[in-house]
Amino acid sequence: MNKLSVNGLNVWFGKQRDRVNAVKGATFDVAQGESFGLVGESGSGKSTILRAITGLAPNWSGKVELDGRAIGKVRPKSFFKTVQMVFQDPYASLHPRHSVDQVLGETLHLHGFRDIDARVVKLLDDVGLGQKFRFRYPHQLSGGQRQRVAIARALAPEPELLLLDEPTSALDVSVQAEILNLLADLRRDRDLTYVMVSHDLSVVGHMCDRLAVMKDGHIVEILDVDALRSMKASHPYSKQLLEASLG
Amino acid sequence: MMSTLLDVENLWVRFPSRNGVFDAVRGVSFTLGRERLGIVGESGSGKSMTGRAILRLIRSPGIVEADQISLDGTDLMKLSEKDMRAVRGQRISMVMQDPKFSLNPVMTIGDQIIEAYRLHSAASKAQAYAKSVEMLEAVSIRNPERVMRAYPHEMSGGMGQRIMIAMMLIPNPEILIADEPTSALDVSVQRQVLSIMDKLVKDRGMGLIFISHDLNLVADFCDRVLIMYAGRIVEVCDADKLHDAKHPYTRGLLNSLPRLDVPRDRLDVLERDPEWSVALSVSARV
Repeated sequence: MNKLSVNGLNVWFGKQRDRVNAVKGATFDVAQGESFGLVGESGSGKSTILRAITGLAPNWSGKVELDGRAIGKVRPKSFFKTVQMVFQDPYASLHPRHSVDQVLGETLHLHGFRDIDARVVKLLDDVGLGQKFRFRYPHQLSGGQRQRVAIARALAPEPELLLLDEPTSALDVSVQAEILNLLADLRRDRDLTYVMVSHDLSVVGHMCDRLAVMKDGHIVEILDVDALRSMKASHPYSKQLLEASLG
Repeated sequence: MMSTLLDVENLWVRFPSRNGVFDAVRGVSFTLGRERLGIVGESGSGKSMTGRAILRLIRSPGIVEADQISLDGTDLMKLSEKDMRAVRGQRISMVMQDPKFSLNPVMTIGDQIIEAYRLHSAASKAQAYAKSVEMLEAVSIRNPERVMRAYPHEMSGGMGQRIMIAMMLIPNPEILIADEPTSALDVSVQRQVLSIMDKLVKDRGMGLIFISHDLNLVADFCDRVLIMYAGRIVEVCDADKLHDAKHPYTRGLLNSLPRLDVPRDRLDVLERDPEWSVALSVSARV
């Protein structure tokens, strides 16, 4: 069964003469437990798709289904318990004056958990940070540690679908490897479904089962990773992208 | 034999802090000829600081010390601030990482390039205009007249970075320091910017210091690579032999990259040895 199904999604910004159509008729399905990648250059609309799914881009049309139920303009609280997002820049996505404990505690409180203390401890352990980080502020953390906090925050409501918007592009390669391993472990242990946006084909090739190549708001091709590895992209743009990333 | 343009010997960059002095760069030595020299390392390894220290762009309370930083025989460490200004831009230029922060948002691109050019030469406005258009063409910008009239926010990242390169190259410097010039760009645009820089380096016989965190990119693009860790050079090798590098840190960085052709379940995580940060810097002087 499909965890997420997107059908003819259009997203636009501005109106009339200033209207920009950022996503045009995107259609794809993500199965339960699958890891699905979205690749393309900047401005191709890949992040916008994630933002439209979570409701951060209010102007959209088309059909988005989660577990077979259509998502409306107003999302119920249960939606945010199921779907969570990790953002690109760990330097910008954490409140600079909230400690790690506050960040995670507030999220847990909003989702109606009672045993907040025990859960914060558990979350920090799950993302490999440990207790000594609990009362630190973001400026006392490295980029990789911040991204772990952002992942812990996304995991707090025990979601089933994680939307990952370039989770490692602001990090060093050595730290990127740690975060990608962490994400792979979490997916296996918690049976999560991922939709991952990246401009790096090798990262998507490592993490995902299938991927969609985007250009100018259109999905030009959906292919599986084996086809990607054996360079069997059929659309000329995906071929070009593949060649550029292999150098 | 390659002529030496720049000779850096025993360069230290220090920042005094409440918890004692922090050494950002520790005793780095290298020479630069008419070649493409790559400096790679993680964030915080001191690679950008090395680039800035050469131009003496490190502000107080930061302290730069070196036995010498000599550019064609003149020691930059001994120059006055006024003489240094004649070196910056004119003889050594620098392209920074993000074009959004390096261009003035309230000036047209044309005015900025013309200003930069006229600061270093006695050209008339008309000459400067013609030269600017020519430079924009050289970095493959289509329709340069329109770009001259445009403001930075109207440009994409790739165009912004090419404009920066054009601006830096007009005075015809001997050395170009490029600090992560393509990190903010897409792969397809990245190649374009690199090939432009490559062509300019070859045509003009410039020396290029290319600072990047991207090992594969540096292996492809440069002639020689310095690998930095915790302010020191841990290894020097020819770029085409980077994949046979010996130092465990370099090996660790290479192994932590996901690869399309070699799928793996888990990526190797870099194990840091405290020995690496105490070991002496390897000299990269030729």
